[in-house]
Amino acid sequence: MSLATPDPTVEAPALDVDPFGPEILADPIPFHERLRAAGPVVHLPRYDVYAMGRYAEVHAALVDWQRFQSAAGVGLSNFRSEKPWRPPSLLLETDPPHHDAPRHVLEPILNPRALRALRPRWETAAEELVEDLLERERFDAVSNLAERFPLRVFPDAVGIPEEGRENLLPYGDHLFNAFGPVNALVEKGLPRIAGVSGWVNEQCRREVLSADGFGARIWEASDCGDITAEQAPLVVRSLLSAGVDTTVHALGAVMAGFLSSPEQWERLRAEPARARVAFDEAIRWESPVQTFFRTATCDVRVGDVVVPEGRKILMFLGSANNDPSRWERPEEFDLDRDPSGHVGFGMGIHQCVGQHVARMEAECVLHALARRVKKIEPDGIPVRHLNNTLRGFSSLPARLVAR
Amino acid sequence: MSLSSSPAAAGRPAPVVASVGASGRVALVVTAKDPVADGVVRLRLEAPGGLRLPDWTPGAHIDLGLPNGLTRQYSLCGDRWDPRSYEIAVLREPDGRGGSAFVHDHLAVGDGIEVGGPRNHFPLVPADRYLFVAGGIGITPMLPMIEQATMLDTPWSLLYGGRRRVSMAFVDRLARWGDRVTLWPQDSHGLLDLASAVDAEPSGTKIYCCGPAPLLAAVESVCTDRPVGHLRIERFEAREQGPPVRTTGYEVELARTGTVLGIQPGDSVLDALAAAGAPVLASCRQGVCGTCETTVLAGTPDHRDSLLDEAQRRRNDCFYPCVSRSASDRLVLDL
Ligand code: FES
Repeated sequence: MSLATPDPTVEAPALDVDPFGPEILADPIPFHERLRAAGPVVHLPRYDVYAMGRYAEVHAALVDWQRFQSAAGVGLSNFRSEKPWRPPSLLLETDPPHHDAPRHVLEPILNPRALRALRPRWETAAEELVEDLLERERFDAVSNLAERFPLRVFPDAVGIPEEGRENLLPYGDHLFNAFGPVNALVEKGLPRIAGVSGWVNEQCRREVLSADGFGARIWEASDCGDITAEQAPLVVRSLLSAGVDTTVHALGAVMAGFLSSPEQWERLRAEPARARVAFDEAIRWESPVQTFFRTATCDVRVGDVVVPEGRKILMFLGSANNDPSRWERPEEFDLDRDPSGHVGFGMGIHQCVGQHVARMEAECVLHALARRVKKIEPDGIPVRHLNNTLRGFSSLPARLVAR
Repeated sequence: MSLSSSPAAAGRPAPVVASVGASGRVALVVTAKDPVADGVVRLRLEAPGGLRLPDWTPGAHIDLGLPNGLTRQYSLCGDRWDPRSYEIAVLREPDGRGGSAFVHDHLAVGDGIEVGGPRNHFPLVPADRYLFVAGGIGITPMLPMIEQATMLDTPWSLLYGGRRRVSMAFVDRLARWGDRVTLWPQDSHGLLDLASAVDAEPSGTKIYCCGPAPLLAAVESVCTDRPVGHLRIERFEAREQGPPVRTTGYEVELARTGTVLGIQPGDSVLDALAAAGAPVLASCRQGVCGTCETTVLAGTPDHRDSLLDEAQRRRNDCFYPCVSRSASDRLVLDL
């Protein structure tokens, strides 16, 4: 491990902006350009944290769990000195060795092989959804599609009851807001959060979960001692926390891609097998999860700057995914691109364990659309949904032309 | 599927992780080779250019693809906080098929070698206490487990047997743990007293054992009353199997191409798949390494591997074609 050497070092360039302010959240692209131009690492005096926006450094830091830890929290709040608002996630907010057992349990439950059994059901659900959209003709690609499909199939797959599922979106939205500073977005969620998170915790109990879902499999892992009975509900909670809003915004992103680039829709229709590429390209292009923090475990040298031990560093995944030194014409949503290597799911040991679930959801929806729909056209002004961590839309009015 | 556009070539950053090739392996370089006991050498392997290696967890092993065509599994015994090197220890096995002899006699510092994995069939799971039981070179996976148990503040003890004291590797590295470690050279102490060691452990103890087959069998026999999942064993040799379920031939269907292969009772499914051009990698060919794992879409396998436990076998969703066969007339594979 290379620690800071006594070579001359320089102060990190400062950018006096609020990356969690409404202007940047609504359109982060100009800020990302400034961030990448300013240097490999910058200082944000507003929150007294460091930040990285270039692909090379963000990627390198994400895989380097030894020097960029997650256990001090992946939000602004530093768990070394502040108490987290909820018990920390056993996956997202831990490092080895504590991270190993929960990750080891969850991986085989969510790997493509294990998911295959769900596929026929999800395909049917996707076909029904598309039939319904065709009947409406005009629809909202967020509320009628991006929100609806995951909320239909994912809670079933986890095995939670029907009742109360409307709590999932506000829970996820607040959780991702809470990784940022306590601003108006967080305050907006506060009045409801106790009730909503109480409901979520309740769904993680063994008695509540159906016998055939991911949740039951997690509890089975505790029967043979792969995790403890205390850990099991927290691992279930991770699914409910991380598996809904992210997928909703990712599906919104892929729809936004097709709405803004009709020729790409032609491309998908001509070759529906590109559905997977389309989804990962949308995640690169729009980066539904925009940011996560890491904390330096020692004095870490980045370029000529030393980030002191214990300091928070904000990783701009969205900026890395649009860095022109890594991607040609990054601003284009392009199905002919190879988006592999994007950091939209993270990278390294914390890379999204549920990515195959999201990919299979998207693939089912895109295949069903490609089969039945000739054209998807914008039908009004898209409206951004603001969140301290997520990038997405609250509305994407659209119109369909059947095949 | 072919993807035509390439990233901006000029500004593309150098990779920070050694990349795994189409063979599922990376080419590493031997950067150190030291004797650590009679008949045991320790190797350090690094990526050329000092790139990071894929992460691993205690209990993980790598496959060493030897230039003589053999593939062997070795547990990682170094420090996972060091992302740039892997450490393994290799025992010279006089009766082996030549893998360990090659490492001892021919593999030198500076040589390149193909490495697959890491994979972990022997993960350290949470426990109130751990009892580590190592026989001979079976000590290797225990070393990072001990470090990790210490970090987790979980009490542990180690029972370490070997033929002779001088043949036992890493005794010096274990010295700092004082009486948590019991060394048991067979020539001066006789066989390990597993029964009393296991009896002395409370019910929340998880028992990890790695070593020669007779040791594994012995520890299994004294742990029959322990709850499911409380005994964890790493096998580098195949487990004894009962007779095959069927004595007649069967069919294997490759779902993606529709090909149907007729398999005679004594034939290896892996060989038949290879002959049909199906993309299955293999390594140990004994059902212990997991390399050839294949997804079962329909039919009932006759599992003959040493990897899956009873619950996993009953799921009928995967099997290892190097040793396993079919119990049903037809087995449909996701290939
Ligand atoms: S090749 Fe090792 S399990 Fe089949």
